[in-house]
Amino acid sequence: MSLSRRGFLKLSAAMASAGAMGAATGCQQGNGNGDGTASGKRVVVIGGGFGGATAAKYVKMFDDTIDVTMIDGKASHTTCPFSNLVIGGLKDIDEITHDFKALEKRGVNVVKGWVTGVDAEAQSVTLEDGRSFEYDRLVVSPGIDFNYDAIEGYTEEVANTSMPHAWQAGEQTLLLRRQLEEMEDGGTFILGAPPNPFRCPPGPYERAALVANYFKEHKPNSKILILDPKTGFSKEGLFREGWTANYGNMIEWIGGDFGGGVEKVDPDTMTVVAGGTEYKGDVINVIPPQKAGKIAQVAGLADDSGWCPVNQQTYESTIHERIHVVGDACIGSPMPKSGFSANSQAKNCAASIVAMFHNESAPIPSWVNTCYSLVAPDYGISVAAVYELKDGKTTSVEGAGGVSPLGGENAEAEAGYAHDWYASITKDIWGS
Amino acid sequence: MSQSHAAATRRRLPNTILAAIGLGMCLSASPVLADEHQSAGAMGSTIGYTCMGCHGVAGEGSGNIPRLAGVPQEAIAGMMLAYKSDGQAGTVMNRIAKGYSDEEIQAVAEFFANQ
Repeated sequence: MSLSRRGFLKLSAAMASAGAMGAATGCQQGNGNGDGTASGKRVVVIGGGFGGATAAKYVKMFDDTIDVTMIDGKASHTTCPFSNLVIGGLKDIDEITHDFKALEKRGVNVVKGWVTGVDAEAQSVTLEDGRSFEYDRLVVSPGIDFNYDAIEGYTEEVANTSMPHAWQAGEQTLLLRRQLEEMEDGGTFILGAPPNPFRCPPGPYERAALVANYFKEHKPNSKILILDPKTGFSKEGLFREGWTANYGNMIEWIGGDFGGGVEKVDPDTMTVVAGGTEYKGDVINVIPPQKAGKIAQVAGLADDSGWCPVNQQTYESTIHERIHVVGDACIGSPMPKSGFSANSQAKNCAASIVAMFHNESAPIPSWVNTCYSLVAPDYGISVAAVYELKDGKTTSVEGAGGVSPLGGENAEAEAGYAHDWYASITKDIWGS
Repeated sequence: MSQSHAAATRRRLPNTILAAIGLGMCLSASPVLADEHQSAGAMGSTIGYTCMGCHGVAGEGSGNIPRLAGVPQEAIAGMMLAYKSDGQAGTVMNRIAKGYSDEEIQAVAEFFANQ
């Protein structure tokens, strides 16, 4: 018999009175039914991505007597992780698109629609089509939105027509792929990288690599120019080593010290201005500065930084009670804004919500983040970290984590693990 | 309320999550900080769920990422401790194993052994 089973037996007898005792001991009140059960409690989740779908699944898995509704504007989720493989021609978009059938099978009420309003007082959300849903706990996981105003001339329309960001996977991914396919050999691909903090810190540099992989095979005289406001970037040493080993000098990076930040774009002339210098590109991919997804802004969950402050143990908003924010939209640093982080945060958040419904204290969280990047189809690199809660703050465990060793000794194995990770985490979220 | 919900009105938390929620707090005579109290089962399941991001649903494995479900506790803990001390070469696991105490490693090994 396991320790947890023994613990269950020992504690379950005492648990019958936990609701009553909670009041005396200062535990969370007003969430549960008062009899230690959570039957009929309602959790509404906004967003069916890495954070939202994980939260919906795990709340239901931890206690299937809870009514869970997950609302997403689309019928499926196309993942940003591995979307660079679509851009590089290594995968089809269908392979990175996941429907919500497994969640429905688990008993999650999946609703297709865009949430346009959140009433934190009335504990309800309203959809564009007029439907509304009441909740006892709301989980908001809307991902990111863009600060279009930060770059002169860059608008949503420009992104949708001539200079895609491709930082939300789907049509944007396909648009950039088409542009790269149509580009003549000898052309220049400009990638405007965003300032911190942003979704998927290694993503722009993986993208450059996988576009280089495509060019190497099909358009070998082409060039890639990364214009970056930052003075360094995630896994920089590994990327530089991998770029050179695989693509020679095809990729050039101009960082913030040398005026790399894109300030202005002109879609008519296909030019961008960075550090006062004008650059002309044949395909231009501008990834603008970012903020929490729109509904988080509308609901007043974001602070002046544009991101959502949360209790680091429960992910409950520090602005609105009974609303939790997970994934890219929340302030979860030092965890990066990654799909793995969102998955890890959502599991801890789900456990907290279920515990609260049972009039219990939130569990002690533990998080992991592992991000694989493909520099080439058979050349992978990784960064990993383990996080713990210390004095109420998310903290990297000292002595743990870090990046792959230089020298490429693990590169082939890690390329394989990247694919195995993707299969595993997407099955965990959308496939089981 | 649906029939299934009515039938389950008295249902308690499942084993794994019950272990994870540190029940001791509310039952103690005086409130204590959550991070002072946690059973091994709670510790193991909280950590274990994060491992599933790579090691598959319930630890079933994924491609070359090994299965953990049902593997004896001693074998999982032994491997983790070897990664932690760099006695065993690996890729990402040496970096991850260093993030856990020996007690946490035993707890998560037990969690997967019982899957």
